[in-house]
Amino acid sequence: MVRSEILELLVPVLRDQLIVCNIGLPSQELHKTLDQPSNFYMLGTMGLASSIGLGVALAQNRKVMAIDGDGSVLTNLGTLATIGNNPTPNLVLLIIDNGSYGSTGDQPTYAGGKTSLTEVARACGSEHVVECGSDDVVAVVTAALAADHGTIIVCKCESGNVKVPVITMDPVVIKDRFMKAIEATQA
Amino acid sequence: MTIHDRLVDDFVANKVEFITTVPCKQLGGVIEAVDKHDSIMHVPCNKEDEGIGLCAGAHMGGKRSAIIMQNTAIGVVVNTLVTLTQYYRLPLPMLISYRGELGEPVACQVEMAVHTKALLSQLNIPTYHFHQEEDAAEFGAILSHTYMCNKPVAILTDATFWKGY
Repeated sequence: MVRSEILELLVPVLRDQLIVCNIGLPSQELHKTLDQPSNFYMLGTMGLASSIGLGVALAQNRKVMAIDGDGSVLTNLGTLATIGNNPTPNLVLLIIDNGSYGSTGDQPTYAGGKTSLTEVARACGSEHVVECGSDDVVAVVTAALAADHGTIIVCKCESGNVKVPVITMDPVVIKDRFMKAIEATQA
Repeated sequence: MTIHDRLVDDFVANKVEFITTVPCKQLGGVIEAVDKHDSIMHVPCNKEDEGIGLCAGAHMGGKRSAIIMQNTAIGVVVNTLVTLTQYYRLPLPMLISYRGELGEPVACQVEMAVHTKALLSQLNIPTYHFHQEEDAAEFGAILSHTYMCNKPVAILTDATFWKGY
Protein backbone atom coordinates (compact mmCIF):
# COMPACT_ATOMS: atom_id res chain seq x y z
CA MET A 1 0.00 0.00 0.00
CA VAL A 2 1.31 3.51 -0.85
CA ARG A 3 0.89 6.80 1.05
CA SER A 4 -2.14 8.03 -0.92
CA GLU A 5 -4.00 4.79 -0.15
CA ILE A 6 -3.16 5.18 3.56
CA LEU A 7 -4.53 8.73 3.55
CA GLU A 8 -7.72 7.45 1.92
CA LEU A 9 -8.07 4.78 4.61
CA LEU A 10 -7.65 7.46 7.28
CA VAL A 11 -10.34 9.84 5.94
CA PRO A 12 -13.02 8.90 8.52
CA VAL A 13 -10.48 9.33 11.33
CA LEU A 14 -9.05 12.61 10.05
CA ARG A 15 -12.39 14.32 9.41
CA ASP A 16 -12.69 17.50 11.56
CA GLN A 17 -9.26 16.97 13.15
CA LEU A 18 -6.62 19.71 13.24
CA ILE A 19 -4.02 18.55 10.73
CA VAL A 20 -0.65 20.00 9.74
CA CYS A 21 0.42 18.25 6.55
CA ASN A 22 3.82 17.86 4.96
CA ILE A 23 4.87 19.73 1.82
CA GLY A 24 4.39 18.37 -1.68
CA LEU A 25 2.45 15.25 -2.57
CA PRO A 26 1.20 14.45 0.97
CA SER A 27 -0.57 17.84 1.18
CA GLN A 28 -1.79 17.53 -2.41
CA GLU A 29 -3.17 14.05 -1.75
CA LEU A 30 -4.87 15.16 1.49
CA HIS A 31 -6.28 18.21 -0.30
CA LYS A 32 -7.77 16.02 -3.02
CA THR A 33 -9.05 13.36 -0.62
CA LEU A 34 -10.26 15.41 2.34
CA ASP A 35 -10.07 19.17 2.03
CA GLN A 36 -11.34 20.88 5.18
CA PRO A 37 -10.66 24.20 6.96
CA SER A 38 -8.85 22.43 9.79
CA ASN A 39 -6.12 21.23 7.39
CA PHE A 40 -2.93 23.32 7.25
CA TYR A 41 -1.15 22.56 3.99
CA MET A 42 2.55 23.31 3.77
CA LEU A 43 3.32 24.82 0.40
CA GLY A 44 7.03 25.35 1.11
CA THR A 45 9.71 24.65 3.71
CA MET A 46 10.48 20.94 3.73
CA GLY A 47 10.84 19.35 7.14
CA LEU A 48 8.80 21.62 9.38
CA ALA A 49 5.39 19.88 9.57
CA SER A 50 6.26 18.31 12.93
CA SER A 51 7.61 21.63 14.28
CA ILE A 52 4.53 23.58 13.18
CA GLY A 53 2.32 20.81 14.60
CA LEU A 54 4.19 20.94 17.92
CA GLY A 55 3.79 24.73 18.03
CA VAL A 56 0.04 24.46 17.45
CA ALA A 57 -0.23 21.73 20.10
CA LEU A 58 1.71 23.75 22.69
CA ALA A 59 -0.41 26.86 22.11
CA GLN A 60 -3.88 25.36 22.56
CA ASN A 61 -5.64 22.28 23.94
CA ARG A 62 -7.14 20.50 20.93
CA LYS A 63 -5.49 17.40 19.55
CA VAL A 64 -3.23 18.14 16.59
CA MET A 65 -2.17 15.63 13.99
CA ALA A 66 1.05 16.33 12.11
CA ILE A 67 1.37 14.18 9.00
CA ASP A 68 5.01 13.94 7.99
CA GLY A 69 7.25 11.72 5.88
CA ASP A 70 10.49 9.91 6.63
CA GLY A 71 12.47 12.13 4.26
CA SER A 72 11.10 15.31 5.82
CA VAL A 73 11.77 14.11 9.36
CA LEU A 74 15.35 13.29 8.34
CA THR A 75 15.85 16.90 7.19
CA ASN A 76 14.76 18.16 10.63
CA LEU A 77 15.84 15.28 12.87
CA GLY A 78 16.26 17.61 15.87
CA THR A 79 12.46 17.89 15.97
CA LEU A 80 12.27 14.44 17.58
CA ALA A 81 14.43 15.68 20.48
CA THR A 82 12.28 18.80 20.87
CA ILE A 83 9.13 16.67 20.92
CA GLY A 84 10.74 14.17 23.29
CA ASN A 85 11.75 16.88 25.75
CA ASN A 86 8.51 18.89 25.61
CA PRO A 87 5.85 16.23 26.22
CA THR A 88 2.68 17.41 24.55
CA PRO A 89 -0.39 15.30 25.35
CA ASN A 90 -2.30 16.69 22.37
CA LEU A 91 0.24 16.02 19.59
CA VAL A 92 0.07 13.01 17.31
CA LEU A 93 2.94 12.82 14.82
CA LEU A 94 2.23 10.38 12.01
CA ILE A 95 5.36 9.64 10.00
CA ILE A 96 4.38 7.87 6.80
CA ASP A 97 7.64 6.04 6.19
CA ASN A 98 7.87 4.80 2.63
CA GLY A 99 11.65 4.85 2.59
CA SER A 100 11.74 7.41 -0.18
CA TYR A 101 11.58 11.08 -1.09
CA GLY A 102 8.20 10.73 -2.82
CA SER A 103 7.68 14.29 -4.05
CA THR A 104 11.02 14.42 -5.82
CA GLY A 105 10.77 11.10 -7.64
CA ASP A 106 11.09 8.34 -5.04
CA GLN A 107 14.81 8.58 -4.40
CA PRO A 108 15.66 6.32 -1.42
CA THR A 109 16.00 7.77 2.11
CA TYR A 110 18.23 6.41 4.85
CA ALA A 111 15.04 5.50 6.75
CA GLY A 112 14.55 2.87 4.05
CA GLY A 113 18.09 1.68 4.79
CA LYS A 114 19.65 1.13 8.19
CA THR A 115 18.02 4.02 10.07
CA SER A 116 14.97 3.33 12.23
CA LEU A 117 12.99 6.51 12.94
CA THR A 118 11.03 4.51 15.53
CA GLU A 119 14.19 3.85 17.51
CA VAL A 120 15.42 7.43 17.00
CA ALA A 121 12.12 8.80 18.32
CA ARG A 122 12.35 6.55 21.39
CA ALA A 123 15.98 7.48 21.98
CA CYS A 124 14.98 11.17 21.76
CA GLY A 125 12.73 10.73 24.78
CA SER A 126 9.21 10.11 23.47
CA GLU A 127 7.45 7.53 25.62
CA HIS A 128 4.69 6.58 23.21
CA VAL A 129 6.15 5.53 19.87
CA VAL A 130 4.28 2.98 17.78
CA GLU A 131 5.49 1.38 14.56
CA CYS A 132 2.80 -0.11 12.39
CA GLY A 133 2.01 -1.19 8.86
CA SER A 134 -0.78 -0.07 6.58
CA ASP A 135 -3.08 -2.84 7.87
CA ASP A 136 -3.02 -1.43 11.39
CA VAL A 137 -2.74 2.30 10.73
CA VAL A 138 -6.43 3.17 11.14
CA ALA A 139 -6.63 1.47 14.55
CA VAL A 140 -3.32 2.96 15.69
CA VAL A 141 -4.21 6.51 14.65
CA THR A 142 -7.70 6.19 16.17
CA ALA A 143 -6.19 5.10 19.49
CA ALA A 144 -3.58 7.88 19.40
CA LEU A 145 -6.22 10.56 18.79
CA ALA A 146 -8.26 9.25 21.73
CA ALA A 147 -5.30 8.89 24.11
CA ASP A 148 -4.51 11.36 26.91
CA HIS A 149 -0.86 11.44 25.85
CA GLY A 150 1.05 12.37 22.73
CA THR A 151 2.07 9.65 20.28
CA ILE A 152 4.56 9.27 17.47
CA ILE A 153 3.45 6.76 14.86
CA VAL A 154 5.82 5.40 12.23
CA CYS A 155 3.72 3.77 9.52
CA LYS A 156 5.85 1.68 7.17
CA CYS A 157 4.53 1.43 3.64
CA GLU A 158 5.56 1.11 0.01
CA SER A 159 6.87 4.01 -2.02
CA GLY A 160 4.90 5.28 -4.98
CA ASN A 161 2.80 8.21 -6.04
CA VAL A 162 -0.48 8.95 -7.77
CA LYS A 163 -1.14 11.96 -9.98
CA VAL A 164 -2.78 14.75 -8.02
CA PRO A 165 -3.21 18.45 -8.79
CA VAL A 166 -1.07 21.07 -7.05
CA ILE A 167 -2.77 23.21 -4.40
CA THR A 168 -3.64 26.61 -5.82
CA MET A 169 -5.32 27.97 -2.69
CA ASP A 170 -3.72 31.18 -1.45
CA PRO A 171 -1.48 30.57 1.60
CA VAL A 172 -3.18 33.34 3.58
CA VAL A 173 -6.55 31.65 2.98
CA ILE A 174 -5.10 28.33 4.19
CA LYS A 175 -3.80 30.05 7.33
CA ASP A 176 -6.95 32.06 7.95
CA ARG A 177 -9.40 29.18 7.76
CA PHE A 178 -7.07 26.98 9.86
CA MET A 179 -6.88 29.65 12.58
CA LYS A 180 -10.64 30.16 12.50
CA ALA A 181 -11.15 26.39 12.83
CA ILE A 182 -9.00 26.50 15.97
CA GLU A 183 -10.63 29.63 17.38
CA ALA A 184 -14.11 28.15 16.91
CA THR A 185 -13.35 25.40 19.41
CA GLN A 186 -11.32 27.42 21.93
CA ALA A 187 -14.19 29.12 23.75
CA MET B 1 16.14 46.67 36.24
CA THR B 2 18.54 44.85 33.89
CA ILE B 3 18.31 45.21 30.11
CA HIS B 4 17.37 41.50 29.99
CA ASP B 5 14.35 42.04 32.22
CA ARG B 6 13.36 45.18 30.31
CA LEU B 7 13.31 43.28 27.00
CA VAL B 8 11.30 40.45 28.54
CA ASP B 9 8.85 42.92 30.09
CA ASP B 10 8.29 44.40 26.62
CA PHE B 11 7.59 40.90 25.24
CA VAL B 12 5.04 40.34 28.02
CA ALA B 13 3.45 43.79 27.59
CA ASN B 14 2.95 42.92 23.90
CA LYS B 15 1.29 39.61 24.82
CA VAL B 16 4.12 37.42 23.53
CA GLU B 17 3.52 34.07 25.24
CA PHE B 18 5.75 31.68 23.27
CA ILE B 19 9.48 32.13 22.70
CA THR B 20 11.94 29.72 21.15
CA THR B 21 15.69 30.24 21.43
CA VAL B 22 19.00 29.10 20.04
CA PRO B 23 21.77 30.14 22.42
CA CYS B 24 24.47 32.75 21.84
CA LYS B 25 26.92 33.92 24.51
CA GLN B 26 25.56 37.46 24.18
CA LEU B 27 21.96 36.33 24.56
CA GLY B 28 22.49 34.23 27.70
CA GLY B 29 21.01 36.83 30.05
CA VAL B 30 17.86 37.49 28.07
CA ILE B 31 17.29 33.78 27.43
CA GLU B 32 17.58 33.14 31.18
CA ALA B 33 15.08 35.95 31.86
CA VAL B 34 12.68 34.45 29.28
CA ASP B 35 13.02 31.03 30.88
CA LYS B 36 12.24 32.39 34.36
CA HIS B 37 9.17 34.39 33.37
CA ASP B 38 5.93 32.65 34.35
CA SER B 39 3.81 34.03 31.53
CA ILE B 40 6.16 32.94 28.70
CA MET B 41 6.37 29.39 27.40
CA HIS B 42 10.06 28.88 26.55
CA VAL B 43 10.80 26.03 24.13
CA PRO B 44 14.48 25.84 23.12
CA CYS B 45 14.99 24.52 19.60
CA ASN B 46 17.94 22.80 17.93
CA LYS B 47 18.14 24.92 14.80
CA GLU B 48 16.61 28.22 13.83
CA ASP B 49 14.44 26.97 10.96
CA GLU B 50 12.88 24.47 13.36
CA GLY B 51 12.29 27.38 15.74
CA ILE B 52 10.54 29.43 13.08
CA GLY B 53 8.29 26.41 12.43
CA LEU B 54 7.44 26.25 16.14
CA CYS B 55 6.67 29.98 16.13
CA ALA B 56 4.39 29.60 13.09
CA GLY B 57 2.45 26.82 14.83
CA ALA B 58 2.20 28.69 18.14
CA HIS B 59 0.92 31.80 16.37
CA MET B 60 -1.75 29.84 14.50
CA GLY B 61 -2.66 28.11 17.76
CA GLY B 62 -3.36 31.49 19.33
CA LYS B 63 -0.15 32.51 21.09
CA ARG B 64 2.04 35.38 19.92
CA SER B 65 5.50 33.99 19.32
CA ALA B 66 9.08 35.19 18.90
CA ILE B 67 12.54 33.75 18.26
CA ILE B 68 15.86 34.70 19.87
CA MET B 69 18.94 33.68 17.87
CA GLN B 70 22.35 34.71 16.54
CA ASN B 71 22.87 36.52 13.21
CA THR B 72 24.64 33.46 11.78
CA ALA B 73 21.12 31.99 11.70
CA ILE B 74 20.14 34.35 8.89
CA GLY B 75 22.28 32.08 6.71
CA VAL B 76 20.19 29.11 7.83
CA VAL B 77 16.64 30.41 7.65
CA VAL B 78 16.25 32.23 4.32
CA ASN B 79 13.98 29.61 2.75
CA THR B 80 11.86 29.29 5.91
CA LEU B 81 11.43 33.06 6.25
CA VAL B 82 10.36 33.34 2.61
CA THR B 83 8.18 30.26 2.09
CA LEU B 84 6.63 30.05 5.55
CA THR B 85 6.73 33.32 7.51
CA GLN B 86 6.37 35.73 4.59
CA TYR B 87 4.31 33.54 2.25
CA TYR B 88 1.64 32.90 4.92
CA ARG B 89 1.99 36.45 6.33
CA LEU B 90 2.95 35.47 9.87
CA PRO B 91 4.27 38.03 12.37
CA LEU B 92 7.66 37.09 13.82
CA PRO B 93 9.89 39.27 15.99
CA MET B 94 13.49 38.02 15.74
CA LEU B 95 15.73 39.26 18.55
CA ILE B 96 19.19 38.68 17.10
CA SER B 97 22.69 38.96 18.52
CA TYR B 98 24.76 40.83 15.93
CA ARG B 99 28.08 39.04 16.23
CA GLY B 100 31.07 40.26 14.25
CA GLU B 101 30.72 43.95 15.09
CA LEU B 102 33.12 46.22 17.07
CA GLY B 103 34.75 44.34 19.93
CA GLU B 104 34.30 40.92 18.32
CA PRO B 105 37.17 38.60 19.29
CA VAL B 106 36.34 35.81 16.80
CA ALA B 107 37.35 36.74 13.24
CA CYS B 108 35.04 34.21 11.60
CA GLN B 109 31.99 36.01 13.07
CA VAL B 110 32.82 39.03 10.91
CA GLU B 111 32.35 36.89 7.79
CA MET B 112 28.62 36.56 8.53
CA ALA B 113 28.27 40.05 10.01
CA VAL B 114 29.11 41.62 6.64
CA HIS B 115 26.21 39.75 5.05
CA THR B 116 23.64 40.17 7.82
CA LYS B 117 22.05 43.51 6.88
CA ALA B 118 22.40 42.83 3.15
CA LEU B 119 20.48 39.56 3.47
CA LEU B 120 17.77 41.13 5.63
CA SER B 121 17.49 43.98 3.12
CA GLN B 122 17.29 41.54 0.19
CA LEU B 123 14.43 39.77 2.00
CA ASN B 124 12.60 43.10 2.64
CA ILE B 125 12.63 42.42 6.36
CA PRO B 126 12.17 45.54 8.54
CA THR B 127 15.44 45.75 10.49
CA TYR B 128 16.33 47.69 13.64
CA HIS B 129 19.82 47.92 15.12
CA PHE B 130 20.36 48.40 18.87
CA HIS B 131 23.83 49.87 19.44
CA GLN B 132 23.39 51.76 22.72
CA GLU B 133 21.27 50.58 25.62
CA GLU B 134 18.84 53.47 25.20
CA ASP B 135 18.01 52.16 21.70
CA ALA B 136 16.01 49.42 23.45
CA ALA B 137 13.43 52.05 24.41
CA GLU B 138 11.86 51.31 21.00
CA PHE B 139 11.60 47.55 21.54
CA GLY B 140 7.97 47.63 22.64
CA ALA B 141 7.02 49.76 19.63
CA ILE B 142 8.88 47.36 17.32
CA LEU B 143 6.94 44.40 18.70
CA SER B 144 3.67 46.25 18.30
CA HIS B 145 4.68 47.15 14.71
CA THR B 146 5.46 43.49 13.96
CA TYR B 147 1.96 42.36 14.96
CA MET B 148 0.41 45.26 13.10
CA CYS B 149 2.06 44.38 9.77
CA ASN B 150 2.24 40.54 10.02
CA LYS B 151 5.86 40.34 8.90
CA PRO B 152 9.11 38.94 10.22
CA VAL B 153 11.05 41.81 11.82
CA ALA B 154 14.73 41.74 12.83
CA ILE B 155 16.17 43.45 15.90
CA LEU B 156 19.98 43.31 15.71
CA THR B 157 21.79 43.76 19.02
CA ASP B 158 25.56 44.29 18.85
CA ALA B 159 28.41 43.93 21.33
CA THR B 160 28.34 47.61 22.33
CA PHE B 161 24.65 47.20 23.23
CA TRP B 162 25.46 44.16 25.38
CA LYS B 163 28.45 45.99 26.96
CA GLY B 164 31.09 43.73 25.42
CA TYR B 165 31.61 39.98 25.47
